[in-house]
Amino acid sequence: MDIASFNLMRNELILVGIVLILLIAEIFTKNENKHKLISMGTILFGVATLINFLPLPEGQLFGGSFQTTRITVFMKSILNMGGFIVFLQSFTWLKREENNGKIGEFFILIISTLIGMNFMISSGDFLMMYIGLELATIPMAALAAYEKFSEKSAEAGIKLILTSALSSGILLYGLSFIYGTTGSIYFADVVSNVGNNSLQTFGFVFFVAGMAFKISLVPFHLWTADVYEGAPVNVTAYLSVVSKGAAVFIFMIILYRVFSSITAVWEPLLYTLAVATMTIGNLFALRQENLKRFMAFSSIAQAGFILLGIMQGGQLGMTTVVYFMLIYVFTNLAAFGVISAISEQTGKENISDYTSLYKTNPKLSLILLLSMFSLAGIPPVAGFFGKFFLFTAAGAKGYYILVLIAVLNATVSLYYYLRVVKAMLIDKSDNPIATFKTPWPMRISLLICVAGIFFIGFASFIYQYISNISFGIN
Amino acid sequence: MNILNLLIIIPVLTVIGIVFTKDFKGARVAAAVGMTLQLITAVILVISFFAQRKAGITGEFLFLSDFTWFKTLNIHYSVGVDGIAVWMLLLASIVVFAGIFASWQVEYLAREFFISLILLATGVFGFFISLDLFTMFLFYELAVIPMYLLIGIWGSGPKEYSAMKLTLMLMGGSALLVVGLLGLYFYSSAAGPVTFNLLELSKISFPLAMQRFFFPFLFVGFGILGALFPLHTWSPDGHSSAPTAVSMLHAGVLMKLGGYGCMRVAMFLLPEAAQEMSWIFLILATISIVYGAFGAIWQKDLKYINAYSSVSHCGLVLFALLMMNRTSMNGAVIQMISHGLMTALFFALIGMIYGRTHTRNIDQMGGLMNVIPFLSVAYVIAGLASLGLPGLSGFVAEMTIFIGSFQHPDTFHRVATIIATTSIVVTAVYILRVVGKLLLGQIREKEYLEFPDAKWYERISVVVLILPIAIIGFYPSYLSSTLLDALNPIIERLTAML
Repeated sequence: MDIASFNLMRNELILVGIVLILLIAEIFTKNENKHKLISMGTILFGVATLINFLPLPEGQLFGGSFQTTRITVFMKSILNMGGFIVFLQSFTWLKREENNGKIGEFFILIISTLIGMNFMISSGDFLMMYIGLELATIPMAALAAYEKFSEKSAEAGIKLILTSALSSGILLYGLSFIYGTTGSIYFADVVSNVGNNSLQTFGFVFFVAGMAFKISLVPFHLWTADVYEGAPVNVTAYLSVVSKGAAVFIFMIILYRVFSSITAVWEPLLYTLAVATMTIGNLFALRQENLKRFMAFSSIAQAGFILLGIMQGGQLGMTTVVYFMLIYVFTNLAAFGVISAISEQTGKENISDYTSLYKTNPKLSLILLLSMFSLAGIPPVAGFFGKFFLFTAAGAKGYYILVLIAVLNATVSLYYYLRVVKAMLIDKSDNPIATFKTPWPMRISLLICVAGIFFIGFASFIYQYISNISFGIN
Repeated sequence: MNILNLLIIIPVLTVIGIVFTKDFKGARVAAAVGMTLQLITAVILVISFFAQRKAGITGEFLFLSDFTWFKTLNIHYSVGVDGIAVWMLLLASIVVFAGIFASWQVEYLAREFFISLILLATGVFGFFISLDLFTMFLFYELAVIPMYLLIGIWGSGPKEYSAMKLTLMLMGGSALLVVGLLGLYFYSSAAGPVTFNLLELSKISFPLAMQRFFFPFLFVGFGILGALFPLHTWSPDGHSSAPTAVSMLHAGVLMKLGGYGCMRVAMFLLPEAAQEMSWIFLILATISIVYGAFGAIWQKDLKYINAYSSVSHCGLVLFALLMMNRTSMNGAVIQMISHGLMTALFFALIGMIYGRTHTRNIDQMGGLMNVIPFLSVAYVIAGLASLGLPGLSGFVAEMTIFIGSFQHPDTFHRVATIIATTSIVVTAVYILRVVGKLLLGQIREKEYLEFPDAKWYERISVVVLILPIAIIGFYPSYLSSTLLDALNPIIERLTAML
């Protein structure tokens, strides 16, 4: 192994470097200069994001434990962009006095989870995957409990760590069966030994259940709403986009790579999970008042749609899922950006507080409107393309009934997304949220999101690129 | 460059232009300029289309252009028009043009209003020029956002409820469409790479089992927009709550998208299933016709009357399409155009009358003929066209439809036709009742005397709609024969297996 091959771990190494720089920098900054760490962390991370777009050779390290392919690099880029936008959106929140002592922590914890996710996505064996998963989860709990004097935040943290521990246990239990029956933890060896073995199927079901916790699929979603509500808005945004995205990616990669020979087992399983997740997520979202809970159930429902793409199993499936996640990052972060900006300014987080927002803050409400319609899958915004292609993936398998259920669910989801639009544009209020000026980092982040929402759908070359680098079972 | 792209580019540029205007005056002028250009483009399109036809170019679709969009999925941005689509485009541009002038006095969030209205229109224009079903569906769905906002913000009455109901029901329709379109897409693999292209799909004869499964999705999906009973309930609420221009555009053009889609996609591409299942939908369409007409009798609100009458008339479109012969389908398309103009005129006039009396309840009005003669006479003309008076477009359409549908020798079709014809009488009842109560008789209130008659912008809006109604009424043969030419491929495919 020569030095150049470390280049394959480019993104991970850069992120580790940033963490170290921030750690050292924090020691040497005086208390009144701590806020400078925010710009420093964001800029460094932005550079890392840009660097990861540079082309990279494919290859593997450590005897196949770590694999770099073009699709994993692209997935990491999606997560990086999500992280970068979240950092931009956290600027004013981190500048608050009570956060002064823990600015460095915020960056270090988030980047640590990203490192974990990166290793997870690149993993070539179950051990590496599990280590990555844990590294991605444990700092997450600390982040959820970031506002440690707020009861809800502390509750979110403890809930997240407990459910994560439980789901990791379930996952490991499943993996132990797979190791026991195949005799290896390397994906390349496991795949040839997976077959019609009931012990393996048993282990596989536990593996799926463990992953379902991470992606918050129904019936493993019960932690989601409370954690999303309790955690600080920006952490919720990160959790719902980047964290979920990474879990979706690794779930899909392992299904396609390792369990390709037992599609007959996982297709009905995912079918059921998809129907349950879409329907239950939607039904619960209908009545939510708190926007963070609302986004929690909305993101559960979206996860159900994502399963439609995963289930396809081919190159088409992977392409649509990665494409959808790319769109989802921009769309969901646009929504969270607006929620965060308003919560930052006024502390209000309920849909009814947004009444007549268009009168006072037209730009913010237009952005929220766009992201709501993008989540609902209405053109001309990108969400339409993302959803339609997911349906196409399910149609390619001949699951027309599933497509029907999904599209009807999309119609139901339009109802609750329209509730937000209705509050902002139609309902009249005597004391709407006063006009305020959004700070510039937030503006930049929202601008990036809106550009993404408009651009990605029409830019077919992005889809084309993802399609070229995706792989499938057949 | 292809003239069809202009029909998309002009509205988009108009929207951008409106963004930069300062107040409601600027916004409406920008909108008017844009839509005038759009109308001129549509007229040029019609003229050059038939000039090409005359020159002997016989391809089913002209002005074709194609641009590969999503290569791996074989999705194209592909445009082209046939003899039906050009007329529908002209209809749409007339109605939008009239709609802008009918909403000349909108001041509340005027820029947003005109932007939404023109975006809604963009969806309509895009739908009629698209040959790729994906693009067609995209444009169809494009109407959702502006429609909800237009009714919800600028509507009247229970507007939140109506806007939500209309949006969700039409979304439900497109949910069914997605399934149907994907079915067409994946089954097209029998004849080469999968495709959404209408022309290529029309060369494939799909297996019967597949047709049986997907035809209801496509037909009902488009049928909801065409107010197919029992899924028409969005129409009365939606149309009566919507602001004037939106009612005009929605009842005048968007509902025709439903009929057009039923014909162009559902029946044209899946002809065997259409033959087999036509009886079910024929019964539903007959119910629409009669039910809509009777529904209109009981209403007191002018807009509700007209909305129910639209249900009845659009039911007639579906009814005629399902009769599936040359004459009746020809009548169906003439009815689409005629009803589009007529109902737009109705809604425009109702909006103008409401602007003066501030009520739409016919029991609280009377004697308007004495004070606003121009609008009243126009209302009578619209009414007479609606009840099918010879010399106006409604007569041409309805006569063609009924003659065509009575050509079927079997009892089922004849009974259905006879039941449907009763709507003519019922229509006369509700139209004449409104004309009598609203326009004739004593002046109800003293303040009526101060009503100004139609302003210049109102006159433009009314005249531009009455002219084509009269032209079609007096000289239907050109429209009728060009439509018949365009219908030939559809009818051939539908009757090939008989």
